[in-house]
Amino acid sequence: MRDGSGKRRPRLRFSAASAAVSSGTLYDKVWDLHQVAQLPGGSSQLFIGLHLIHEVTSPQAFAGLKDLGLSVRHPERTVATVDHIVPTTSQARPFADPLAEQMLATLEANCAEHGITLHGLGSGRQGIVHVIAPELGLTQPGMTVACGDSHTSTHGAFGAIAFGIGTSQVRDVLASQSLSMGKLKVRRIWVDGQLQSGVYAKDLVLHVIRTLGVKGGVGFAYEFAGPAIEALSMEERMTLCNMAIEGGARCGYVNPDQITYDDLKGRPFAPAGAAWDRAVAWWSSLASGPDAVFDDEVRFDAANIAPTVTWGITPGQGIGVDEAIPTLEQTHPDERPLAQEAYQYMDLQPGQPIAGTPVDVCFIGSCTNGRLSDLQAAAAVAKGRQVAPGIKAFVVPGSEQVAAAAEAEGLDRLFLAAGFEWREPGCSMCLAMNPDRLEGRQISASSSNRNFKGRQGSATGRTLLMSPAMVAAAAIAGKVSDVRQLLPTMPCQQR
Amino acid sequence: MTKTPFPTGPITAVRGRAVVVSGDDIDTDRIIPARFLKCITFEGLADQVFADDRAERPGCHPFDQPAAQGASLLVVNRNFGCGSSREHAPQALMRWGIRAVVGESFAEIFYGNCLALGIPCFTASHDGVLNLQAALAANPTLALEVDLDSLLLNASDGQGWELVLQPGPRQMLLSGAWDATSELLAHGAQLDRLVAALPYLNGF
Repeated sequence: MRDGSGKRRPRLRFSAASAAVSSGTLYDKVWDLHQVAQLPGGSSQLFIGLHLIHEVTSPQAFAGLKDLGLSVRHPERTVATVDHIVPTTSQARPFADPLAEQMLATLEANCAEHGITLHGLGSGRQGIVHVIAPELGLTQPGMTVACGDSHTSTHGAFGAIAFGIGTSQVRDVLASQSLSMGKLKVRRIWVDGQLQSGVYAKDLVLHVIRTLGVKGGVGFAYEFAGPAIEALSMEERMTLCNMAIEGGARCGYVNPDQITYDDLKGRPFAPAGAAWDRAVAWWSSLASGPDAVFDDEVRFDAANIAPTVTWGITPGQGIGVDEAIPTLEQTHPDERPLAQEAYQYMDLQPGQPIAGTPVDVCFIGSCTNGRLSDLQAAAAVAKGRQVAPGIKAFVVPGSEQVAAAAEAEGLDRLFLAAGFEWREPGCSMCLAMNPDRLEGRQISASSSNRNFKGRQGSATGRTLLMSPAMVAAAAIAGKVSDVRQLLPTMPCQQR
Repeated sequence: MTKTPFPTGPITAVRGRAVVVSGDDIDTDRIIPARFLKCITFEGLADQVFADDRAERPGCHPFDQPAAQGASLLVVNRNFGCGSSREHAPQALMRWGIRAVVGESFAEIFYGNCLALGIPCFTASHDGVLNLQAALAANPTLALEVDLDSLLLNASDGQGWELVLQPGPRQMLLSGAWDATSELLAHGAQLDRLVAALPYLNGF
């Protein structure tokens, strides 16, 4: 076991107050419940309880199905929406981009042909796939969830085992409602203490990735646990699990608890009536038990985490907003080539404070940080202030439901008054498959999840990842700024 | 671009020249930028592999070197294929001509996507990969053969490297069962029993 600085400490026992927990990790229990068969070569056939599809990674899977003369085995266990390619200005059909229109039309035709529910534009339920499934109560504890999108790890926030897959595997799930998978090891990320005001789940996960590296989680599922995790809302837990993949962990999860159940209750696809009580009892039994054995464990203290900003070209190249960009000497020898590549690409100087770095574009949204509480946190910063001259700042709600809830609170008017644009829901500039993208060498403050070279649509564009509140602060100041200085009297409403 | 057929049936060996892409944490956005994902087939992806990296320094990228043309092996470093789950990345590499990858480590989703296409991802030690990359820098047209049975990479000049391939994927590739679909469909009765027993599919 290591702490955040790599120091070994005695192992802590899991201390959840859940009554009916049995031994083993949640990961082990959910895996065992879903294992259909042992396959030759040692991998397992894993039943997929919830399959989510979207327009980008499914068309070739449906085509593959047709090539093999197969049908969809459990169309009722697959749910579709459209998110990656949708414009966020006008969503009128047909889209201006004929390729985007073709992708949506193909998804519509495939869903109609195979009897799959599609939550399309204007349905009131459309949005980023990892926002809408939890919102509809489709994502539940103890499920296996797969989707042709690496950020499927988001759904682990509910105590589901959720992971991204490729298109051949999407075809396999459509055909067989199952996958060939190898079992992962489990690393517990134990977080003591409490996040400071102005420090969010995004900062926590960027801090974890900064510490353990972008390949530290390869071969592992991350179980996030400890007092700081138990105190997180469901939306914060989703932010955390969403970025497990950025740390190399294909799935991340939080054990289900009362916060999980309170969030789920009453959602359209959540169990109701007598089934609700049975469901809660079953879900509770799945949490990692007191005798659970973890393959590894790392400890952090939430109180030590500052608002965190990336300065480089991987999500692991992050620092506290009060820190300077690490010099080569301060960088582990293994990481130095990547640091040099990042200095050059980002045109940022080692040793220079990250605060004060000018930005051009500010993006609030994505499956990481496009939920109502994210918009509320950004709005608390933007309220009564103005976006700095020359800065393009825009807010993209994660779903139609998020947009409606935010508009009901007046957040759209608040953002517009402050000089932000208020857009229609979608993935938008997280990956820039729609018209929202950086131009040339522009640098963005972004609440999304990846700062890879070219990620936001310009081959030379640059991305600084941070929390939505920090993006709002950057928009106001026109440069990277410590949001804590803008929130002197803010109550801990986000905790 | 290759005229070699796509992988089919048992995969026992891959022969040919290699292209080296050095560096850790090369993500799938680098391998195939998102704008090329606006398609409903994978067919046109060969020309777009590493598009932005290649455009950054025209003619300088490893995939643009004369010796790389027609290569069937790709040699990489650590955590290759991280980030997005897009199968477009291995599809683009395969359509360009890559039939096997050797590296220090791979991101899991990328690894699984390659396996589903019949492309083995071998690992070797840090020193082994650096040594292989140095040998290829010295002689870019070195003829290589990776053997899934012996787990050896042999060069035409007599040099050799030991490789690792996880036992499961190795057996799947050797037997030709790397395309999991038929295997998964074979257990319909077990799957139906599981569906009938899972609490969340049966009103808890």
